[in-house]
Amino acid sequence: MPIPDPSHDAPPLEPVCREVPVLSLDRRSSPEAGGHELYTLRLRSPGWGSWLPGQFVMVRPRRASRPDVFWARPFSICQADPEELRIVFQVAGRGTRELLELERGETVTVWGPLGNGFAVSPSGPTLLLAGGIGIAPFVGYIENHPAPETLRLEFGHKLPVDCYPFRECRDIHPRLAKDGLPARSHRETCPEDLARFVAAMESAIRDTASRNGLVLACGPLPFLKSVQNLSLRHGARAQLSLETRMACGVGACLGCVVKKTVPAAKRDAAVPEPFAYAQTCTNGPVFWADQLDLAD
Amino acid sequence: MPNTTVILPGKRADLILRNPVLTASGTFGYGLEFMPYGNLADLGGIVVKGISLAPRRGNPMPRIAETPAGMLNAIGIQNCGLAVFLKEKLPLLPWRDLPVIVNLYATSLDEYAELARSLAAEEGVAALEVNISCPNVKAGGVFFGQNPKQAESVTESVAKNAGNKPVIVKLSPNVTDIAAIAKACEAGGADSLSCINTLQAMAVDIRTRKPRLANGIGGLSGPAVKPVALRCVWQVARAVSIPVIGLGGIATAEDVLEFILAGAHAVQIGTATFSRPDTAFRVAGELPALMEELGIASLDEFRGTLAM
Repeated sequence: MPIPDPSHDAPPLEPVCREVPVLSLDRRSSPEAGGHELYTLRLRSPGWGSWLPGQFVMVRPRRASRPDVFWARPFSICQADPEELRIVFQVAGRGTRELLELERGETVTVWGPLGNGFAVSPSGPTLLLAGGIGIAPFVGYIENHPAPETLRLEFGHKLPVDCYPFRECRDIHPRLAKDGLPARSHRETCPEDLARFVAAMESAIRDTASRNGLVLACGPLPFLKSVQNLSLRHGARAQLSLETRMACGVGACLGCVVKKTVPAAKRDAAVPEPFAYAQTCTNGPVFWADQLDLAD
Repeated sequence: MPNTTVILPGKRADLILRNPVLTASGTFGYGLEFMPYGNLADLGGIVVKGISLAPRRGNPMPRIAETPAGMLNAIGIQNCGLAVFLKEKLPLLPWRDLPVIVNLYATSLDEYAELARSLAAEEGVAALEVNISCPNVKAGGVFFGQNPKQAESVTESVAKNAGNKPVIVKLSPNVTDIAAIAKACEAGGADSLSCINTLQAMAVDIRTRKPRLANGIGGLSGPAVKPVALRCVWQVARAVSIPVIGLGGIATAEDVLEFILAGAHAVQIGTATFSRPDTAFRVAGELPALMEELGIASLDEFRGTLAM
């Protein structure tokens, strides 16, 4: 089966912009988070027709409590069904901190689903690589996968594993009820832990490449660079889900561009450079690893 | 219901809008991006992203920064170029029902003239908006907009080649006397003026000791600039006899009427679209009820009635 190329210019599904109430906001994490706690935010469904795992939404409280938070913030869709939309986020700055003031029943403005999604390979194998809060979209990916027995997950993280939706990833698909998804957690508390995680990823990527499988990764930029290098080294087909600062999320502000490599044969007078800018919001957030220039 | 129609009388042609709510260049893509969020034909019109003759890649990242009640940008007029716009974007817009105004950017008088000639021949283009006020490019842009003689020359270059398309010149607030620039553009043959473009501004990070934009400085927009924009519109509207289109921090129907009260014929919704993609549609939809509430039967009667 061919793997659909997610690098399209227009989103496959019509997004909507709606005001929806907060169903709940729950802290997931421990005192160890040091101000970077994780939360689960459940919203009433904006009433989408459909969505793809890997897509994202823009979320903005209607009641602006801070004058220095002006933009909405982008979040991966963790799970969505006809009743509710669920995101898991980590406090990273003033925008995510503002969300902590949301109360049950209060309305937020949401637009989405936005961007493309992860490729799906019904015949497998598919290796999921998650770094920290980057695990969030994989809950929905696993839940909706047609062949969950072909998936495995390697998860690197700094906070205690229960802060993250790791158990959900393992247990969410009903067909994997007995043993759960093959999933390993790698907690990083020192540089040696990181080296071990990278070694585990390399072994898994090599194995996946040897079986013509698919690698999907979501996490912080240094982690994605590492996945990109390992995938290129071992010839694995890999997709990376990027996170960038965004103002609009819909392709207008041009503030979220990333460098896509332009093959030598396609360079011309108009585009002489080895890269072209692509918007993370509408051309991504998921990109093929061999088409991205992640160097500064 | 009150009459929201506005006519911007022009030397070449009048620009007729079903309502005064336009979208600002650089905040509404090529229009196509916003089709999921409303019916484009419900707007007064759209102004598309600045178009140059050749495609432009724009400035390095980071290009945007969030600031109190606003944002900075230094995009650098990334755009697909004239040929791609005419072939792949314009035909997909409902231009028969929607005035499509093309913002044009160039680095020389000849390029401005060439852009104007090409766009003048396009049936789907309702008017041209000349960008002489972008603060984020090395050549052209605000260089043309800070000197009355230069502003007049650019306006002339476009006006002489624009056929029967109305020519709007977009002014910069980064000048000592915006009225003097406005008069120069009027003398150069502008049909109307839009103001303001962004305010030159800066944001820095005390931890990295770097500016928050790779370009160093950028342009400030959003509600933070609305009082500056109102002042500029008021000054320009008093200084010239051609119509003025106001923009800068407009996010509600109340804001629209504030600018019209200060003398604007029409307005553009800009940065507010980023904080909610259907803003322009909502504002256009809410305007008639607000006019009714305030007893405003037509915008012509209300315009410029600010009691000083």
